Amino acid sequence: MALLEVEDLSCRYGSITAVRDVDLVVDAGELIGLIGPNGAGKTTTLNGIAGLHPPAAGRVVFDGADITGAAPDALLRSGLALVPEHRRIFVDLTVEENLKVGGVTADRRTREQRLDELGERFPVLRAKWTTHAGYLSGGEAQQLAVARALMSSPRLLLMDEPTLGLAPTLVDTIFELVVALRDAGTTLLVVEQNASRLLEIADRAYVMRTGEVATSGTGAELLAQGDLFESYVGGGA
Amino acid sequence: MTELVQQLVDGLGRGSEYALIALGIAVMFGVMHLVNFAYGVLITVSGYAAFYVLDAGWSWWAAIPAIIGASVATSLVTELVAFRRVRGADDATMLLTSFGLFFVVSALFVMYVGPNVKNFERPSWVTNTVTVGSIRLEVFDLTTLGVTAVTLAGTAFLVRRTMFGISLRAAAADFDAARLMGVRSNRVIQGAFALAGLLAGIASVFILMRAGRTSPTFGETAMLKGILAALIGGLGSLSGAVIGGFTLGLVEVFLIARLPDDLVGLTNGIVFVLIALLFIFRPGGIVSVRHAERV
Repeated sequence: MALLEVEDLSCRYGSITAVRDVDLVVDAGELIGLIGPNGAGKTTTLNGIAGLHPPAAGRVVFDGADITGAAPDALLRSGLALVPEHRRIFVDLTVEENLKVGGVTADRRTREQRLDELGERFPVLRAKWTTHAGYLSGGEAQQLAVARALMSSPRLLLMDEPTLGLAPTLVDTIFELVVALRDAGTTLLVVEQNASRLLEIADRAYVMRTGEVATSGTGAELLAQGDLFESYVGGGA
Repeated sequence: MTELVQQLVDGLGRGSEYALIALGIAVMFGVMHLVNFAYGVLITVSGYAAFYVLDAGWSWWAAIPAIIGASVATSLVTELVAFRRVRGADDATMLLTSFGLFFVVSALFVMYVGPNVKNFERPSWVTNTVTVGSIRLEVFDLTTLGVTAVTLAGTAFLVRRTMFGISLRAAAADFDAARLMGVRSNRVIQGAFALAGLLAGIASVFILMRAGRTSPTFGETAMLKGILAALIGGLGSLSGAVIGGFTLGLVEVFLIARLPDDLVGLTNGIVFVLIALLFIFRPGGIVSVRHAERV
């Protein structure tokens, strides 16, 4: 059953159309990749879905309800969370406070319970509970960004470039985390430059190019396209 | 020595008022990036609230909640009527809105209440003094200081420890990221305006007790001092605003007390020269604010 349906989504920056007629379907429990070269419109697509950049045209349906252009805080309440580009953790807040903001929609008891759970799951963060987030390393900051989004127990998690700027060992950690989340029942839509790594774990992927969906399919199908696929994602795949 | 302690208490008393106003300005700047020149409106409205309830025969004790309530209500109304409509607009638009609001409200008071200064009775204890050893201190300064200390401690608790405070700081650092976490923008901004109104209301009570009068532009001076204090402290920093307020109060009192008689009239001018010097060496104010990294 489709948890997220995106139909003919278009987003503009002034007179420039950054995303044109994008169609996406994410079924409950799936891990879906969104890949493509720089400037293909991946981030804009995620922001258009999550309410940060209201779409110029098209429809976004989440769990049967039309959420096109809804405010981010309303979407979060309906179960859709975004780990935004560049993480955007609150650098002047402590790790614990960042997580509390992530759990702002929960009641106090639930929030405390999730803090405990995430503290166990992310020992790196637990060790720096009262540290200001601005002092975290890139890998720690990324884990915080993900953990913060998990505080709301989202049904659909959108992730924008979760491995950007991370050392290879940390990239492994983040990919393991993504798989663990899917196995635990969270539906994920992940934007990633590291296309081949994502295709290894994703159920399906959409390839974007110059603002449009160029092709889609399972990892195996996309990789079988060989040179054609390489040309879509701009090499480096 | 005696003189120094007296001036210190006097300066801290005066600084308390500045600190409360500067803190309110910093709270609003934090969530909206707005230097709110309409903050003086809250003090002006508080002044008329004081005039009318005292005129109706209320005691000062009864007037205090009325003054603070008027300030909070006015703050929320300015948000609803004016600032909500320009939310997300560029900084210049919001700045002009705040200026406009100040002038419109002043004009409304001139038109419907009259341009004259309205006087009211000051509480009798305002001029009382207590003597500790050889030091004579004003009861009013001590009261202002005490109430300010409690208010600042309460605000610190609210901002540091409660979910509202954490959401407020998150929204101040990165508004969109906070909304992505589910922080309701209307609620956190209304909360900031209510808190700013509360702080302005408490400051107004002291300003009005001391002044015993109000007028259509009564809030202007206190507002400008509060904005200066917030700038000195480092705009956007809450602790900076408090430090800036006390610094400004102390510097003013020491200048007035220490300057030769024929130069006392230049106190404000000298204060501005000192502020200019501060900004040459520390452009961000005393407490520089680290802004959220935006790559």
